[in-house]
Amino acid sequence: MITLDSKIPDGPLEEKWTRYKNTSRLINPANKKKIDIIIVGTGLSGAGAASSLGEMGYNVKVFCYQDSPRRAHSVAAQGGINAAKNYKNDGDSVYRLFYDMIKGGDFRAREANVYRAAEVSNQVIDHYTAIGVPFAREYGGTLDNRSFGGVQVSRTFYSRGQTGQQCLLGAYSSLNRQIKAGTVTMFPRREMIDLVVVNGKARGIVTRNLLTGEIERHSAHAVALATGGYGTVYYLSTLAVNSNASAAWKAYRKGAAFANPSFVQIHPTSIPQLNDFQSKLTLMSESLRNDGRIWVSKTKGDQRNPNDIPEEERDYYLERRYPTYGNLVPRDVASRAAKERCDAGYGVGKTGLAVNLDFRDAIKKQGRKAIEEKYGNLFDMYKAVTGIDSYEEPMRIYPAGHYTMGGLWVDYELMTTIPGLFAIGESNFSDHGANRLGASSLMQAAGDGYFILPYTLTNYLAGEIRTPRQLTNTPEFDEVERSARERIDKLISIKGKHNAASFHKRLGKIMWDYCGMVRNETGLTKALEMIRQLKKEFWSDLLIPGANEELNQELEKAGRVADFIDLGELMVTDALNRKESCGAHFREESQTEDGEAKRIDEEYAYVAAWEFNGEGNAPLLHREPLKFEFVELRERSYK
Amino acid sequence: MRVKLKIWRQKDSKSKGSFVNYNLDNVFPEMSFLEMLDALNKTLTESGGDPVAFDHDCREGICGSCGMYINGHPHGPVKGLTTCHLSMRYFKDGTTIVIEPWRAKPFPVIKDLIVDRSAFDKIQQAGGFISVTAGSAPEANSVYVRKKNSDLAFDASICIGCGACVASCKNASAMLFVSAKISQYALLPQGKPEAKERVRAMIEEMDRQGFGNCSNTGACEAQCPKQIKLVNIARLNREYYKAF
Repeated sequence: MITLDSKIPDGPLEEKWTRYKNTSRLINPANKKKIDIIIVGTGLSGAGAASSLGEMGYNVKVFCYQDSPRRAHSVAAQGGINAAKNYKNDGDSVYRLFYDMIKGGDFRAREANVYRAAEVSNQVIDHYTAIGVPFAREYGGTLDNRSFGGVQVSRTFYSRGQTGQQCLLGAYSSLNRQIKAGTVTMFPRREMIDLVVVNGKARGIVTRNLLTGEIERHSAHAVALATGGYGTVYYLSTLAVNSNASAAWKAYRKGAAFANPSFVQIHPTSIPQLNDFQSKLTLMSESLRNDGRIWVSKTKGDQRNPNDIPEEERDYYLERRYPTYGNLVPRDVASRAAKERCDAGYGVGKTGLAVNLDFRDAIKKQGRKAIEEKYGNLFDMYKAVTGIDSYEEPMRIYPAGHYTMGGLWVDYELMTTIPGLFAIGESNFSDHGANRLGASSLMQAAGDGYFILPYTLTNYLAGEIRTPRQLTNTPEFDEVERSARERIDKLISIKGKHNAASFHKRLGKIMWDYCGMVRNETGLTKALEMIRQLKKEFWSDLLIPGANEELNQELEKAGRVADFIDLGELMVTDALNRKESCGAHFREESQTEDGEAKRIDEEYAYVAAWEFNGEGNAPLLHREPLKFEFVELRERSYK
Repeated sequence: MRVKLKIWRQKDSKSKGSFVNYNLDNVFPEMSFLEMLDALNKTLTESGGDPVAFDHDCREGICGSCGMYINGHPHGPVKGLTTCHLSMRYFKDGTTIVIEPWRAKPFPVIKDLIVDRSAFDKIQQAGGFISVTAGSAPEANSVYVRKKNSDLAFDASICIGCGACVASCKNASAMLFVSAKISQYALLPQGKPEAKERVRAMIEEMDRQGFGNCSNTGACEAQCPKQIKLVNIARLNREYYKAF
């Protein structure tokens, strides 16, 4: 049985992190050289952590499934990265950034963690700027900012519509510097297929070499997962199609609690699904809502060209419902509002599952060039996918699965319930509560990697300096490799009729229909049955061509889909358990008169951390009560 | 739509490859090129065949994983698009599409359409960074950067490392790729202190990896899905001369 100890330092909110840093243990440089660390994943958090730890003198081994660490999915983040610099002199501060995140997350995140994320945000911007990330600038040479959803200040740093790419390539460059220096060893085209725990501590991983099928053993004094989110559980999502939950899922099965798995962000502005064979939904950055206005016709089923619909017949429903924040309401609110209009029959186009995002007024006011400069690549991307020029007519958008606030449970030190196993970036649950605000994922991932994990991991490893380098020819590694091979053999030997993607697609539909933007008891109960049935079919009708000992992309997919099916079941279980609505988790049974999410603080102001309880058994629920000492719980309103 | 596909199949780096023909029905103009290949692979897999291996990930034109020669062009016939963004509406019903992997000595074929581009990483590891340790950065606005330079640095920095420039070049030169990184840092004050060491190290590694020289044909710029400009190569040369 696990116990949840969040290890939040004492003291006032703004002093906790400083106190922690002042009292945490250190390791002298000579000893750091003798310590091995494994990092899985090379996105903003993984590459950032690996380079920082390398700079400190540790031996770091880094793994990614792509052919190069530069392809991690942080690369696709578009709009920006937040920091509390207050460069716009508009009243911003660390406290306000913290408060916006706590409120944005609908009071379901830990105060101390969120405050720390806000606190280190400024260091992140300083660092990225120093390593050559070309953030947008003003004519005077200083850095520019723009605004994002759910806030009233401009604190978002950006590089046109590809901020994630620029930050990731910055992180990749630091990683390269350490690879050259010899402190970091990079292992691309490797998939972590299991975690190795020795005497209760994480001591290594077993990987599959995706080129040869070889099963490899890697040991370390500690392991950090930086493996991202699990939004691809929906099959169609804004994520890279190979993004997966398998590393986190393996950790869960080894004893790491999984927190709030049902907290998923459905992003309001994605290019709508066009057809059945689609493999991916393309995001259109939230930054577009700075200048784009969202509307539908006031007439049901209106098939006119949007440009032919006169002003008085347009319903700018976000501006109507939420006059204070208008088009910049948080993502969960914007997504539900779009769904509400479409379900009521006002959706745009033949499918009726789209709303307009219109730049007509912005272009009129600021000129086409200004809009091009801010969003050029997004307009190009939209055109590439749809063939439509959105300088001339509105974009059509619809919500899509995007970011997962849920993830591995971690304490203040970002350590999971397995000692020596850490989780950073999107793979942990810690900072975004029940809804994440735009431009705070890059912020959190980078902060975790560069400025938090290096301290907390060192504090842990200070107790390990007498631990010798771990061997891999031990019974623990033997057993993990044996079971990993057994599973691969089992998958290959099914020899059924359908490929992995066809099961993934079916799972995605179940999750989208019953555990997506709106959830209810009947639907969730039904979903549970459907997932269990799907699991049976998967394990009896899956078809994988070829063998393990070769590059086998179908085998890779199958392993991931198998884990997604199990994770889907846990997500539904979690959504069933939480009978309140909060943030992105909207239970129909719990809403206000005007259809907003209604929290039930007396019963649900806790983190739901699930413990694996053996194959086929119900997982165990542990509750970490959320104590709000510094902010007052309020109804979250953007009206 | 219906298409005839002529695809390069190669079991592994040691085997000899060859073109194999496939007929694919039920192709829709709304499909992306990779979704068309997904459909082919589903058919191949479910009829007991071996699916075509290709690299892909984000499917939104930014990760740089995908890349194949399509009808004689890297990433296909449409300017400014990666393979994943190429739509089947650009092809006629009944057409024949020839698909090959990148062909360049420094990018050996791994399987079918997958090539080994780790040479690119090695060039970046040689010097594609600014040596600032986490924690030591000054306040971000303490260094002013001319907006124009910052914008030009951005234009160079958007390279996705897909390798189309190398594949399109008759010399298999990586000059456009290298020049994008060199230009980004050359245009920013942050990149100045180690500019000389950087350009020398990256060029040296580029040569060591077996990439050819630039003979100014401009094929790379024409085929780059991110439209990185040739002027960056001029800047690279200038930086290189200055480094001795």
